[in-house]
Amino acid sequence: MSSTNYDYLDGNAAAGELSKVFAVDITTAEGRCGECGTTKCLAEAHLYMHGPGLVARCPACEHVLLRLVNVREHMFLDVRGMTYLRLDTSRSEEAS
Amino acid sequence: MWRVGTVVALHDETPTARTITLQVADWPRHVAGQHADVRLTASDGYSAVRSYSIASAPNAEGRVELTVERLPDGEVSPYLTQELAVGDRVELRGPIGGWFVWRSQQTEPIQLIAGGSGIVPLMAMIRSRASAGSAVPFRLLYSVREPGAVFYRDELQAISSRGGSVTLTYAYTRATPKDWPRPPGRIDASLIAETTWSSKLIPTCYVCGPTSFVESTAALLVTCGNRPDKIRTERFGPTGGRNEFH
Repeated sequence: MSSTNYDYLDGNAAAGELSKVFAVDITTAEGRCGECGTTKCLAEAHLYMHGPGLVARCPACEHVLLRLVNVREHMFLDVRGMTYLRLDTSRSEEAS
Repeated sequence: MWRVGTVVALHDETPTARTITLQVADWPRHVAGQHADVRLTASDGYSAVRSYSIASAPNAEGRVELTVERLPDGEVSPYLTQELAVGDRVELRGPIGGWFVWRSQQTEPIQLIAGGSGIVPLMAMIRSRASAGSAVPFRLLYSVREPGAVFYRDELQAISSRGGSVTLTYAYTRATPKDWPRPPGRIDASLIAETTWSSKLIPTCYVCGPTSFVESTAALLVTCGNRPDKIRTERFGPTGGRNEFH
């Protein structure tokens, strides 16, 4: 996937959907790419929202970090593309 | 969690963009730069959700202003910009996003760069700066197609003519006012170098606009010596609309 395809948004655009799952805003969490090791906020990922769900890719290597798909009453969340997510819990009050 | 917002005012910014002021019960105080999801539900149960940046400064009154640009083939924006009336109700979720935000505790110089309707969250930052009584110097570089497409024109004019520490530069891409010193064109390295903060001051830069605009502008900022970790971006979809999720 070439970075000259401008059909993505920033990971921060996923904050609304992710707020249905997480008690804190995980777009401000730092995730480490399982492929290239780049560590950035999820808000800085390249976010693709055209399909039936959303896909966040590493801004450095385009490896898939996170997938979120809604199928009727179920939500499928796949975060295996990251080796970890580091959350700042000091601001969990305001970042709902 | 969805809350009900009641439309209390409507204001046309341009022929295709409208600011909607909503009163929302129990709305948590937002932070400048955050957005809100709007859900419209038809009588047959079909619903559509769109995300819009909040234009208003944080306040304790539950007042939320959204500025919506009408997309020609949009599903939601034509309704919001043409049909919605004072007294109507819409559902809102938010405030959302803790990354592309400016907090009044920040003390470093701030560089804002807007492409088209990307001005909306940056306007919330300018308004938040004023309402918080912050003295932090702001610069805004606002790229817009033509003079008639400028949002918040009178307010921006008033803020910049006060001679305070908010400096405003317009960059017109298609048509300029009469006797404008620069021919119409996209933001380039010379404009960045001339009108934005020196990277030596280590400003935090907020760039918002269409994805291609954000890509090229963020790259120019880095070329001019700004640190990538001091550049925060918010991209719109290729249609010029805000992020969407179906």
